[in-house]
Amino acid sequence: MVNKIWGFFIVVGILLGIINGKTSVINENILLSTTTTIEMILKIFPVIALWLGIMEIAKESGLLIKLSNIFKPILSKLFPELPSNHEALGYISSNVVINMLGLGNAATPFGLKAMNALQKDNKDKKTATKSMITFLMLNTSGLTIIPTTVISLRLMHGSTNPTETVLATVIATIISTILAIIVDKIFRRRNS
Amino acid sequence: MSDFVLPILVLIIIISGLIKKINIYDVFIKGAKESFSMIINLFPGLLAMIFGINIFINCGVLDLFARFFSFIHLPPQLFSLFLVRPISGGASLAITSNILSTFGPDSYIGRLASVMQGSSDTTLYVITLYFGTVGITKIRYALASGLIADAIGIIVSILVVKLMF
Repeated sequence: MVNKIWGFFIVVGILLGIINGKTSVINENILLSTTTTIEMILKIFPVIALWLGIMEIAKESGLLIKLSNIFKPILSKLFPELPSNHEALGYISSNVVINMLGLGNAATPFGLKAMNALQKDNKDKKTATKSMITFLMLNTSGLTIIPTTVISLRLMHGSTNPTETVLATVIATIISTILAIIVDKIFRRRNS
Repeated sequence: MSDFVLPILVLIIIISGLIKKINIYDVFIKGAKESFSMIINLFPGLLAMIFGINIFINCGVLDLFARFFSFIHLPPQLFSLFLVRPISGGASLAITSNILSTFGPDSYIGRLASVMQGSSDTTLYVITLYFGTVGITKIRYALASGLIADAIGIIVSILVVKLMF
């Protein structure tokens, strides 16, 4: 799947670029993608390092387990194949909670730790497990309470009420997260 | 309000470490060290995706897409946002910003773009990042289910904005 998508992006991108007379733009982007990646890595590397450090303290002090205990009733329904004391559940809870608070960058390291913990019990290291996909669905459905980026963007463009879309965003994200979980359940059943 | 979240989170974690009498400094260093291996694992996948996505987004496909949907009476930028939101966080933020400055943040279109941007995430980026760090290449139904969920998210955003404003 990734092979096809990646190939599609490049082949269609270059061909359409030539047809549309954007060859110079494409040229530039081929060369620029390396610097863009490095800039992105430079941006997230220190954030990851800092939060992995702080999170290790949370893990050793037992806070992560406490957090996953709070969400245990929901998590055991979403991840039926994981034992309720699984290491990944603490990271998953932290990731979702921090994402909800609108701090996407700080949430990423927790997500990566969750994936590492899930990968430990994976028998086929190249193939995704159902738990991993369920976690990604939770993550990409964008569950949020405070959409920080959008509020600042609206403020920047002179909105008279920058937070007026917050409630609508929260309602939309709750509904779409529930629907995402249902989609995931359907896929789980079809692939079992 | 959101200014308080991070400091309080850090405070709680450090205090709980102190109460449990953990060597918090050593544990912090141990945890932070893991970031190196994480970044090394994550770099190639990220590079590959940015390479592909940059070529795709800048080839003029968005104009084509907008023209294709112009029979529906909504601004073409909105459709670009629908298309780009799951693919690229940076590009979708740029489009949202453009919509807000063109139509005004308090217009129907501006509100819809705000809700759309806030209520979804960059599915392809998350998949690349998360599977990339653990070396998974066979992602099974992850992309299909993620994109279906994104499409549902767009429809839900439109309905919610229609009903609420």
